Amino acid sequence: MASGAAQTSSEYITHHLTNLHAGHGFWTFHLDTLIISGAIGLFIFGLMAWAASKASSGVPGKLQNFVEMVVTLVDSQVKDTFHGDRSFITPLAITIFVWVFLMNAMDLIPVDWLPLAGGAVGIHHLKVVPTTDPNLTFAMSLTVFALIYFFNLKVKGVGGFLHEVFTAPFGPWLAPVNLLFRIVEDIAKPISLALRLFGNMYAGEMVFILISLLGLWQLPLALPWALFHILIITLQAFVFMMLTVVYLSMAHEGH
Amino acid sequence: MNINATLIGQAIWFAFFIWITMKFVWPPLQRAMQERQKQIADGLAAGERAKADLIQAEHKAAAALTEAKGRATEIIALSEKRAAQIVEEAKTAAKGEGERIIASAKAEIEQEVFRAKEALRNQVADLAVAGAGKILMREVDAKAHTELLAQLKREL
Repeated sequence: MASGAAQTSSEYITHHLTNLHAGHGFWTFHLDTLIISGAIGLFIFGLMAWAASKASSGVPGKLQNFVEMVVTLVDSQVKDTFHGDRSFITPLAITIFVWVFLMNAMDLIPVDWLPLAGGAVGIHHLKVVPTTDPNLTFAMSLTVFALIYFFNLKVKGVGGFLHEVFTAPFGPWLAPVNLLFRIVEDIAKPISLALRLFGNMYAGEMVFILISLLGLWQLPLALPWALFHILIITLQAFVFMMLTVVYLSMAHEGH
Repeated sequence: MNINATLIGQAIWFAFFIWITMKFVWPPLQRAMQERQKQIADGLAAGERAKADLIQAEHKAAAALTEAKGRATEIIALSEKRAAQIVEEAKTAAKGEGERIIASAKAEIEQEVFRAKEALRNQVADLAVAGAGKILMREVDAKAHTELLAQLKREL
């Protein structure tokens, strides 16, 4: 807790949980989320594209080797789950895993560092971890949802899709129940996908903030929580990726 | 939790990054990895082939060696036989030559003997004529008595 004696604990917490924003009403933009997530994405995907552009079939360099390792890891997961043309699904899964992982990893930077640095240059609010912003997680999950519908219609056609909606899983005689189940399922998909990531990261960030309120006691607590949090960071990125692949695989194959 | 236009911005970022990965990260890497896989497979196959070739070459070399040994033995046997034959031929030739030399020597000797006899006969005839001439105290006309003398020589 470094923002001055005048600040109470709840003010400190609220301050940490407020986005740097611009605009009013719906047309509010969380600049910190947009800029940090964009910068991370531009950096890592630029780096990966650069490494890929110089990729050779000979002995790979360190960077190429690392990128290949990540790509192969994701691709093998996709291969296990998804049977078909992977030229879109694998890049999508790579994007999700790498991007979410790095945005989550912003959590490992001590909570006060970037807000203090921002304060020094006149930025009064800064929420460092983009995945603690539901706008980001919902943007991703709704994009995935749109892709699910796109592939459903593309692979099965409108007729096939409607047939599936009304007949799975209980057969044509229970069509209304099937439809109801399908609606619930399709609403649950994007919401659970978005809220799982958001909730995990938000709670993790909250614990970091609470630990930092403990004064000197934060030192023995922050490190174990950060170590533990590495697991959550990786796991959540992996879960988001895997669920996306599973949903898209279902969209391709049907019930 | 306030949902606002940030969502639209994030969706754009997300789509943009998917596009980058799909266009610039995944295809070249996949190509490189597949190529490498193929190269490794080719290398292993080449190694396997080379091994088989080596074994075959060893077999060939062993066969060639055996054949060469056989040929060498054969040649040696043949040459020994030939050498014996040459020696035999030489012996035969030498024997023939010796016999021939002996025969010619004998002939020469005979000839020599005959010639000596002839000379001796002539001398005896001359001596006899000279003796007779002395005895008769007169010259015998050699020319007149050539036929007589020749007859005498033949009788001697």
